[in-house]
Amino acid sequence: MSILVDKSTRLLVQGITGKEGTFHARACRDYGTQVVAGMTPGKGGAIHEGIPVFDTVAEAVAKERANTSLIFVPPAFAADAILEAADAGIRVIVCITEGIPTLDMVKVGRALQGREVRLIGPNCPGIISPGKAKVGIMPGHIHMPGRVGVVSRSGTLTYEAVGQLTGRGIGQSTCVGIGGDPIIGTSFVDALRLFQEDSETEAILMIGEIGGTAEEEAAAFVKAHVTKPVVGFICGQTAPPGRRMGHAGAIISGGTGTATEKMAAMQEAGIVVVKSPAEMGAAMARMVSGVW
Amino acid sequence: MKIHEYQAKLLLSEFGVPVPRGRVATTPSEARAITHDLDGTVVVKAQIHAGGRGKGGGVRLAKTPEEAEQAASQILGMRLKTDQTGPEGQLVKRVLVEEGISIRQELYLGIVIDRKAGLPIIMASCAGGMEIEEIARKRPEAIVKAHVDPATGVQGYHTRKLGFGLGLKGDLFKAVVEFVTRLWRLFEAKDCSLAEINPLVITGDDRLLALDAKMNFDDNALFRHPEIQALRDLDEEAPLEVEASTFNLNYIKLDGNVGCMVNGAGLAMATMDIIKLAGGEPANFLDVGGGASAEQIENAVRILVSDKNVRVVFINIFGGILRCDRLAEGVIKAVKALDVRFPIVIRMEGTNVEQGQRMLAESGLNFIAARGMKDGAEKAVQAGRGV
Repeated sequence: MSILVDKSTRLLVQGITGKEGTFHARACRDYGTQVVAGMTPGKGGAIHEGIPVFDTVAEAVAKERANTSLIFVPPAFAADAILEAADAGIRVIVCITEGIPTLDMVKVGRALQGREVRLIGPNCPGIISPGKAKVGIMPGHIHMPGRVGVVSRSGTLTYEAVGQLTGRGIGQSTCVGIGGDPIIGTSFVDALRLFQEDSETEAILMIGEIGGTAEEEAAAFVKAHVTKPVVGFICGQTAPPGRRMGHAGAIISGGTGTATEKMAAMQEAGIVVVKSPAEMGAAMARMVSGVW
Repeated sequence: MKIHEYQAKLLLSEFGVPVPRGRVATTPSEARAITHDLDGTVVVKAQIHAGGRGKGGGVRLAKTPEEAEQAASQILGMRLKTDQTGPEGQLVKRVLVEEGISIRQELYLGIVIDRKAGLPIIMASCAGGMEIEEIARKRPEAIVKAHVDPATGVQGYHTRKLGFGLGLKGDLFKAVVEFVTRLWRLFEAKDCSLAEINPLVITGDDRLLALDAKMNFDDNALFRHPEIQALRDLDEEAPLEVEASTFNLNYIKLDGNVGCMVNGAGLAMATMDIIKLAGGEPANFLDVGGGASAEQIENAVRILVSDKNVRVVFINIFGGILRCDRLAEGVIKAVKALDVRFPIVIRMEGTNVEQGQRMLAESGLNFIAARGMKDGAEKAVQAGRGV
């Protein structure tokens, strides 16, 4: 199986005529994803990189049966783009855009609540189900089909982890970058639940970072509901408090959100926590050796 | 983004939130004139972003214009050291001169984003004057909370809950309802990430006043608030961090000697962690972002090497969008232009990696190639010791 994206994914790229949109629409298609439509208001009717462009998401859904969307629009217009996709009936929305105002995401989050739509991100690398579909900006070639589900708040650190797995011959079912912002559409808990339910995923690698309490919530969920083995890493063990470490969400404030607390909570939940980012792949290899 | 107390109080006034009468002064004679106008006892408060100003000697009472002038002359120009400034302190350039207030009770009121709920949350407490984190730790039951859905804004039941929770009655109850409503409007209108009134005081004559105010703003929303951007005080930020921000680089100075340059925030943090595990100390956090150009990389190298503590640079790049050939081009150009003498350890993976490595090898410069981030960190720590 895999989660969220696969061979049935029919991808719409919002902001396809921009530089990033063009580059990544092509890269997703080259990977094997069915990129069926693009959307840029005012450019409807054009064919861009061989992909039909529409003025609205609704048209792309009606004419090309797009069911998944990848968003590259600038921060000021990203909330609008997400809401348009949701209203047009897109089921999986992946928002790459970095720098969306928090209060915009608060509104988007409320608007999507209780609806049959899953938002990934924003400020994330996207989702890849190796060998099936790539809906994001990650380098496809470092991935390999397999049975480990990867979930992470980071982009390039996820590539690092995937590189370590693939280098040891350990493939991935799906890799989900949930994003580094304080308010995101899909949490660790959401992704862990999907991996737990996915028959193809047999182990999970979870990469968290300082700030907030999402990792603690994930640990509690793992303890109560996840029967598959989980390896974890938290970055930012050396980060000073009170400073925003690149990601808007990565900030230790008021003594909470530290790596130490998160690692302790994860360990307590039975997750194998590695201290070094260079050990993620090795720890997973130890865990699955003999089992697979 | 942070602003000063006097700036926060001007914003509060603009939104009808009651604050003490007062004005900002940059010279002792201005402080004297303001005190004369206020006609009574005043408080002279150092304007720096860091908290804990009172304990460090940055807040003084003055009964006359002459005393205020003297207090201002002592505070202005001092390097005020508090728990939050670090040992070097922060230069005071302005003082806020405010009317002295007779205080009957100190309360706490704050609005922040609750990440878990995905909503703004208003918090109030009778335990004013204490840090909210301290209240949460010692007396969590003393905090009254109300989440606000921005679609509907602050409603009567939110403010009633807070008012009852604070045990207020009569006119004070009405006043807090009004106070919270106005503070919320400000929070929402200006994209705040924190609006904190601590203490919120009940005066001797039963008024509510924002005696102190701390406001932070969502950096991501500054593009739609030029009036807030204009309040930024660059003197409050590390010069290298200011310079980095003009090139859209995310740089935070730390105390070690291993300079790091990484693409992506998560990997940048992980790189700092692995340097520490290898026995070294990172000199900084530096995220060059996904699609850094050669020019941006050159700027990044320049910022790294202008930190005089740096003895070695560790470049750790896992290319996604970022191309390794572009990286190599930028690094080579920068190292040549800046005549960098100390070792540069480079680990790169991803797009066009062979081309990038070849360019580095053929550059004739002294780069140390690393395989993997552990190898890179170890080589960097070792090279840093050798200098």
